[in-house]
Amino acid sequence: MAGFLLRRLVNYVVLALVATFLAFTLASATFDPIGVLQQRNPPPPAASIEAKKRDLHLDQPIPQRFVTWMGGVVQGDFGRTIADRPITDELGRRIGVSLRLFLIGITIGILFGVLLGVVSAIRQYKFSDYFATLFSFILLSTPVFVLGTLLKMGAQGINDSIGTNVLIFVGETTPGFQGNWFEHLGDRLQHLVVPTLTIALGQIAYYSRYQRSSMLDVLGSDFLRTAQAKGLTRRKALFKHGLRTALIPMATLFAFGFGLLVVGGTFTERIFGWFGMGDWLVTGISAQDTNITATVTLFVAVCVLFSGWLADVLYAALDPRIRVN
Amino acid sequence: MTTSEIQFDTPADPVVEGPVLQVEDLHVSFPSEAGRVRAVRGLSYHVSPGEVLGIVGESGSGKSVSSLAVMGLLPNSARITGSIKFQGRELIGQSDTELSRIRGRRISMVFQDPLSALTPVYTVGDQIAEAILVHRKVSKSAANKRAIELLDLVGIPNAAERAKAFPHEFSGGMRQRAVIAMAIANDPDLIIADEPTTALDVTVQAQVLQLLETAQEVTGAGIVIITHDLGVVAGFADRLMVMYAGRAVEKGKVDDIYQQPRMPYTLGLLGSIPRLDVSEKQALVPIKGQPPSLTDLPPGCPFAPRCPMVVDACHTAEPPLVDVDGSLEHAAACIRTNEIAATDAEGAEAAVEIFGAEVADEPEVAKIPREQRDVVLGLDELVKEYPVNKGVVFKRRVGTVHAVAGISFDVREGETLGLVGESGCGKTTTLMEILNLQKPQSGEISVLGTKSSEVDAKRRFAIRRDMSVVFQDPMASLDPRLTIHDCIAEPMQVHGYSKADINRRVPELMSLVGLRPEQLSRYPGEFSGGQRQRIGIARALALEPKLVVLDEPVSALDVSIQAGVINLLEELKSKLGLAYLFVAHDLSVVRHIADRVAVMYLGKIIEIGEVDSVFDAPRHPYTQALLSAIPIPDPVKERQRERIILTGDLPSPANPPSGCRFRTRCFLHAQLPPEKQRTCIEVEPPREVQAPDHEAACHFAQVRQVL
Repeated sequence: MAGFLLRRLVNYVVLALVATFLAFTLASATFDPIGVLQQRNPPPPAASIEAKKRDLHLDQPIPQRFVTWMGGVVQGDFGRTIADRPITDELGRRIGVSLRLFLIGITIGILFGVLLGVVSAIRQYKFSDYFATLFSFILLSTPVFVLGTLLKMGAQGINDSIGTNVLIFVGETTPGFQGNWFEHLGDRLQHLVVPTLTIALGQIAYYSRYQRSSMLDVLGSDFLRTAQAKGLTRRKALFKHGLRTALIPMATLFAFGFGLLVVGGTFTERIFGWFGMGDWLVTGISAQDTNITATVTLFVAVCVLFSGWLADVLYAALDPRIRVN
Repeated sequence: MTTSEIQFDTPADPVVEGPVLQVEDLHVSFPSEAGRVRAVRGLSYHVSPGEVLGIVGESGSGKSVSSLAVMGLLPNSARITGSIKFQGRELIGQSDTELSRIRGRRISMVFQDPLSALTPVYTVGDQIAEAILVHRKVSKSAANKRAIELLDLVGIPNAAERAKAFPHEFSGGMRQRAVIAMAIANDPDLIIADEPTTALDVTVQAQVLQLLETAQEVTGAGIVIITHDLGVVAGFADRLMVMYAGRAVEKGKVDDIYQQPRMPYTLGLLGSIPRLDVSEKQALVPIKGQPPSLTDLPPGCPFAPRCPMVVDACHTAEPPLVDVDGSLEHAAACIRTNEIAATDAEGAEAAVEIFGAEVADEPEVAKIPREQRDVVLGLDELVKEYPVNKGVVFKRRVGTVHAVAGISFDVREGETLGLVGESGCGKTTTLMEILNLQKPQSGEISVLGTKSSEVDAKRRFAIRRDMSVVFQDPMASLDPRLTIHDCIAEPMQVHGYSKADINRRVPELMSLVGLRPEQLSRYPGEFSGGQRQRIGIARALALEPKLVVLDEPVSALDVSIQAGVINLLEELKSKLGLAYLFVAHDLSVVRHIADRVAVMYLGKIIEIGEVDSVFDAPRHPYTQALLSAIPIPDPVKERQRERIILTGDLPSPANPPSGCRFRTRCFLHAQLPPEKQRTCIEVEPPREVQAPDHEAACHFAQVRQVL
């Protein structure tokens, strides 16, 4: 089993390299940072443009630039931005911001999504099922920026009725906040609630649909009947035998949902002013910055491939039928 | 088996006087788009302690629904009225929590499909232990220990080790044993077995039936066994109840029902079963039409539209179940029971008389001696192996599955060869190789004298005209989006028939298989299983083939429908001079339809020959065991028969035993002195002529009569 997972991991490293190389090449070929520089008013002196070209290795062919950049990455140096700040310094903070938002969001999404899906399946064609279906479809068809804005308005309403700013929806922390670690934690939580809810609601809607159909498949199964025939009550049989089996096909969804969300959350980050990875990608592209774009791509590739690996692990843990010896 | 370690009530001290189960006027209905489906309509029966009641009926007769009602396992949408008393206590209206205390402890159930009856994610041991833990306050380790004892009791070798295995690591027969272990774990007073052997191979079926008898002996429980197979219950049940359209139409002692059936439906059922123990050509009784829809039953007897004895009075009111022949224990629901009683013939013969069944004529070509007829299909030492691979990134071959290990046979013009064997023996692989028409890995396939290894794509296409196939599952083998006309026309279009020819031929084919040409514009979904199989046959006949390959063509059909399809196949064979390769696991059907039979075991043909010779005087121990495992629908004969019970399951074809492949399960081998045993272990037995047109591959072949 360990060997199997290790071999998978090696595969993934190669895939991540390929993905990053493609992104790097594409960005290098289309971006024109010097053009942006030349449009400044007054135009910068020719000497400094030449210096910038050298700094950005624009005199080298693209594959060579990639090798140079990758050489740095291996040593933990992701290069510098066009504004000449080291990417590595910002990377850790931005990953932290994104992960905090999405790990909590997706965990809540999975828990409540599964629960809602199960209830929906067990009470198929009853009021609660119709209600859950309606709720999910409305959320799934609402764009994130609309949902985010609506939640902002809702939070504002709550704040107004209470009289203080309980729910803060700009940034991930109050700039210049003073206090001990406990007060810091409180401050961050206040900032966390609304954006997390934005992520979680969409995820709940998404997972509940899949969980519902996977649970419905299991509801008619013979083994559930056997469990009841043994003397388990219906509720106990449903959870111990039914849900446990119905979770198996969800493993892939959970894992990849996480991997894709980390960049898919760009809108949420922009709406709430969180400087995470999704936000950075947009910033990088608009600044025509190859290094930022390639770094974010590498991060996304690692996330997606890690999800794939996680899906394998989850699958093996949940389903004895596919365990590899 | 060690029963001593496990505590069970002795059968001698029944807990409660009177019947264990008393069902009175049970009605069950479900909502559906077409109106309420009245699945069970006024059913009454009882089961006494230690008694075995057989419930027989076709699919949709309400037999499973009524027993699920007893267990309280019907969906909430079901409306249940009447009375179900278990040991005097009313079960209808009890809450799920109350019922769950009885389920698994006092009443337990064995289900039809062992492959899906166990939760895939928990070990078998845990699932059995769970059955104990929900009812008794014992420690987890004590429950596990008892689970192992139970597995041992139901005959799982190496029980302690196997208890840790997951269900997918068990074969079908072993899983059914595990389900039975679960059912007897708490020493129940009633065991309901719902088609417990239907999904199993015959040899395993015999093992499981024997095990149920053992279970009945150790627990002293009453047993309700539900089946569509009149053979299964003949030797096992004490009393029988025949169900039709949600009601009991006949009930009584097993012997009475088999010998003096008094309801035309029971007669039809008995007459529709091909008999393993009858060598002369037997006429099979097809019951025309199909069971009625249970949403709006017309007044009168629900069987009337299919009954050969129907009179006007049958349509006025539904006949009640009344005692017949002056016996209090035998009742039938028919207004003409006296007339049936007046016929001289008994059982199936009476059915043939009343239903007017006929034996199909022999085809013209059959009059020519076999040796002089053309070989339609010839297999010579055909081999098919599959690699067993391991690893995901770097695949490496770790073994070989010898699915077909060198088989030879031929099928001649106008003859039927039955190919039989347990699942996993290589029947289907052989069939696929024949249909593929590619160059085999080794050996040779020839169709009408053309060798498959020597043909190009164009010639291969032409050969396909002469060879067609009918598949097992009539539901899945027709495209639901094509009309029947298009389904049947497709092979002709592919082979470039003109439009005019196709439009002339399709209605002809419909009439040929006994369907009305007016129905051609309908879709497969509008037809019943039996009708769809007829459509499949029409499609197979479209190109006027010489050879039709039939892959279990009747095994998915109800018995009464099955008889009609078998009769049709025989009639077509005689009319069109077809040759059939008939792959089946049901030996009774093979005996009825085949001229010759080939028995396969682990990729080898171990016995082949003229059907009566093989069935009446089998030489190979495996054939003897197979034949003896098949129940005969005759209670008297069935009780006297001595079964050869094969131990264990089919060995893996990836690692077949050395020498004779059957020796690991062979009862003959086990009795041999060591030096003779060595021959079995070291030398692979060749196929040797035993009698005219009868070969067997056994070093110590001897005739043994098992029927």
